[in-house]
Amino acid sequence: MTMALFDIVEGLPPNDDYIRILPEIVFSLFGMIIMVLDPIMDERRSQRTLGIVALIGAVAGLAATLYQSQQHFWGLAFWHMVKVDAFSVFFHFVVAAITILVILSSYEYMEVQQIRAGEYYGLILFGAVGMMLMSSAVELVLIFIALEISSISTYILAGFRRRSAISSEASVKYFLLGSFATAFFLYGIALMFGATGSTSIDKIGEALGQYTNGGGPILAYIGVALMFVGLGFKVAAAPFHVWTPDVYEGAPSPVVGFMSTAPKAAVFAVLLRVLFQGQAPGRVWLIWVAAALSMTIGNIAALVQDNVKRLLAYSSIAHAGYLLMAFAVWPQSDPKTGISAAMFYTASYAAMNVGAFAVVGHFAGAGERYVTLEDYSGLGKRSPALAAIFTIFLLSLIGIPAFGGFFAKFYVFSSAAKQNLMGLLLIGVLNSAVAAYYYLRIVVVMYMREPREEAPVAAVPLGLGIALGLSLAVTIFLGVFPRPVLDYLSRSVEQWR
Amino acid sequence: MNWLDNNILTLVTFIPAGAAVLVSLLTFVLSLHLPAHFHRNQPGFQFDRDLPWIPTPNIHYHMGIDGISLWLIVLTTFLTPLCVLISWKSIHERVKEFFILLLVLETGLIGVFVSLDLFLFYFFWEATLIPMALLIGVYGHGRRVYAAVKFFLYTMVASVFMLAAILWLYAKTGSFDFVVIQNALRSGSVPDFSGVAALLLFLGFFIAFAVKVPLFPFHTWLPDAHVEAPTAGSVLLAGVLLKMGTYGMLRFNLGLFPEQSRANASWIVVLALIGIVYGALVAMVQPNMKKLIAYSSISHLGFVVLGIFSFTQSGLNGAMFVMLAHGISTGGLFMLAGILYERRHTYDISEFGGLATPMPAYSTFFLFVVLASVGLPLLNGFIGEFLVLSGAFQAKVWWGVVGATGVIWSACYLLWMYQRVFFGTVKHAENSSLPDLDLRERVALWPAAVMALVMGVAPLWWLNAIDPAVHNVLAQFPQLAAKLVGQ
Repeated sequence: MTMALFDIVEGLPPNDDYIRILPEIVFSLFGMIIMVLDPIMDERRSQRTLGIVALIGAVAGLAATLYQSQQHFWGLAFWHMVKVDAFSVFFHFVVAAITILVILSSYEYMEVQQIRAGEYYGLILFGAVGMMLMSSAVELVLIFIALEISSISTYILAGFRRRSAISSEASVKYFLLGSFATAFFLYGIALMFGATGSTSIDKIGEALGQYTNGGGPILAYIGVALMFVGLGFKVAAAPFHVWTPDVYEGAPSPVVGFMSTAPKAAVFAVLLRVLFQGQAPGRVWLIWVAAALSMTIGNIAALVQDNVKRLLAYSSIAHAGYLLMAFAVWPQSDPKTGISAAMFYTASYAAMNVGAFAVVGHFAGAGERYVTLEDYSGLGKRSPALAAIFTIFLLSLIGIPAFGGFFAKFYVFSSAAKQNLMGLLLIGVLNSAVAAYYYLRIVVVMYMREPREEAPVAAVPLGLGIALGLSLAVTIFLGVFPRPVLDYLSRSVEQWR
Repeated sequence: MNWLDNNILTLVTFIPAGAAVLVSLLTFVLSLHLPAHFHRNQPGFQFDRDLPWIPTPNIHYHMGIDGISLWLIVLTTFLTPLCVLISWKSIHERVKEFFILLLVLETGLIGVFVSLDLFLFYFFWEATLIPMALLIGVYGHGRRVYAAVKFFLYTMVASVFMLAAILWLYAKTGSFDFVVIQNALRSGSVPDFSGVAALLLFLGFFIAFAVKVPLFPFHTWLPDAHVEAPTAGSVLLAGVLLKMGTYGMLRFNLGLFPEQSRANASWIVVLALIGIVYGALVAMVQPNMKKLIAYSSISHLGFVVLGIFSFTQSGLNGAMFVMLAHGISTGGLFMLAGILYERRHTYDISEFGGLATPMPAYSTFFLFVVLASVGLPLLNGFIGEFLVLSGAFQAKVWWGVVGATGVIWSACYLLWMYQRVFFGTVKHAENSSLPDLDLRERVALWPAAVMALVMGVAPLWWLNAIDPAVHNVLAQFPQLAAKLVGQ
């Protein structure tokens, strides 16, 4: 009897293990509080309260991440399924920060759109749990579960403008295609298990590391390719990008800001772990093709868009392509520059894109009516501050110096140059020149055209103001003083293995 | 309180302009420290400042100047206060933003000339795009949006090739530092720096610079940008921005890839010669004064490229001098055109005629600047063109012969334009009552005119700083060393 009890206690994970998932615990807790509060509160007033609860939860989650970042908490937890290191802490921080920004910018949006929103905030928090877990999981099955947690939340969030047909379309489309994609991912895991006898990334890496020149059994090649299909879908990399414009157009703008940055960051974290820690065979060419296609398709399709949300959707495909360039690393060479370039890119892309969608969401007005380029005519006159902020985000997306986007792109390109991938580099720089055109179109419309129709611009409320201020500050900070972040990244890459 | 109420609009309108004048004058005075304390006989970089900025990739905040960049900086700081003065009355809306953009543009331009770190150079290079595009697109005339976007896209597309080349150099040498890369390339310690790679690198830089100059087939953005730009934008565009391209050729194409520069010189010079002749011929038939000046810039910048790729001491010295002289005289021409536009709101030459009668002071200034631009001896245009042509003759006789026709062409189109605008009788009634220059305009024009004269009379003061730097550039060409000694 005593023996059995002892066994159970012995079998429980040590206390530090719980701290290694502390941010996830905090987020889930607050998500559940919201779900419980929602039905018992007055329908008309619940919105504000729940938003504040969610914000407190997200800030607490961020604090938990910072607490967790102390070095003596680093290590494996829960039977080698979760790994806390500087790498995972970075992505936790990014996801938590994005969540805070999105909650802040949703606050007023929900009221303007007249969406009743109890579970909205809950879903954002649950989604963030999945994304955080993805970045710290080192076990493919757990990664799959985390991916599903995050995906299911975003499927629902995409359909939150219930009165709008395109929003429901977005949700269904995203759900159906997304389910297929995760099925591919799962199949890939199964094949990897068949090829290496394990689902732990470290063990897979050990097994595949025996092969010289980054090769492996044929089963592993197929497994990696299938997993890449699933993950490529989530980051909207071509040729798995077709859902992106429709879903981004239909989904509520703050949600688009959320799902174009946070899940992407998390999935890129998974890709980095699977490809490099897992020694995935055949990765260079897989990445090469996907990156080249994403950049080219995204940028060329964006040229002809008249809807700003669709335009930004294609731009986000293109940015996934730039980001993938950092992953193109020859098997025998040192991936460190590429990894830290990719991490830097996620952070600065998150700041500028969340900010851009916050502006779009605010300007869209009730029912998201004003989302075409024409509606932005003369915004520079009607709302100078908002237009100036939007311009900075767009310039950063182009990659103009003094903003985070420039440095991110520069860093990614220079890592490709270091790998001697001149073809990819050339495709990349040409694409970034093409991209300048369509971002500039928005700027031109805002500043150089007379206001054609008086699309009303409401005053910027406090929550949105804070969100915009924060993303603006990060965008500029990363563009001028990238050093502290880069230092952190190179340290985190040093102790990666 | 009442006084404030009465004058508040005036204050709000003119404080930015006044502050911009003060700030730009202060910058100019500060920049005079450079020629005053510049060691003229020393060929290397001076006022060197090298601080680590970002550890990986290894980016430094590295600045320094030599005789090539020295005068371009002073030219920038010299022209900016004049631009502020000349825009004082012509900008009515968003005055504050206008001067902000103008000063940001000045920062970018100076940054380009002082950067010795390729990353920093590219940073400033791209940073000049935004203020210039906004100056054209927001404050310009008629088809300003088209011109602004065209300008932006042309230069942006071209400069990404330079970015690729810079990144390649970084990947191979591990440094963005100009001096380090130059030494590595010279010592031959850079891996994979074979014929094709070197050629592509050379072209990567060259395309970015050629579009900026603009060299003949890449020039179509320039007339549009100039015609639509506000006066201050045109002055800085022609005066300094174009020189970024020729400066880049001199510093990077010749400095980093001497052999490729030699090998490709023949077709580049042909393009430059086409530019000289074609620019001049097109300028001659322009009905629009500003477009005429814009095409004359293409022609003059052709001289600069001709001088650079003649690989002779006098050619390079002349190229540098043409850059400075063209900055002053074309800047002056654009200011004068702008003054006329403020009065008549048109640039059409046919709208004028006989202006010498109502505007005597104006027409005198105009004639002076036109003569400087044509290359009258004792004025600044002459010195540079003479040196360039002498260099071109030394290199290949026919280069010099074709180039020399450019001097004749420029006399044709500028003097003909002058005749149509100022001589004869006043054809349009509204021209007979045009006011002559006021004090502010005179204050803006005098420095340019004086400078045109001083540079023409005492060119050595400029050239003896330029010469050692140019010598240093040419010293990399061993096959030319003998020739150099001979001079």
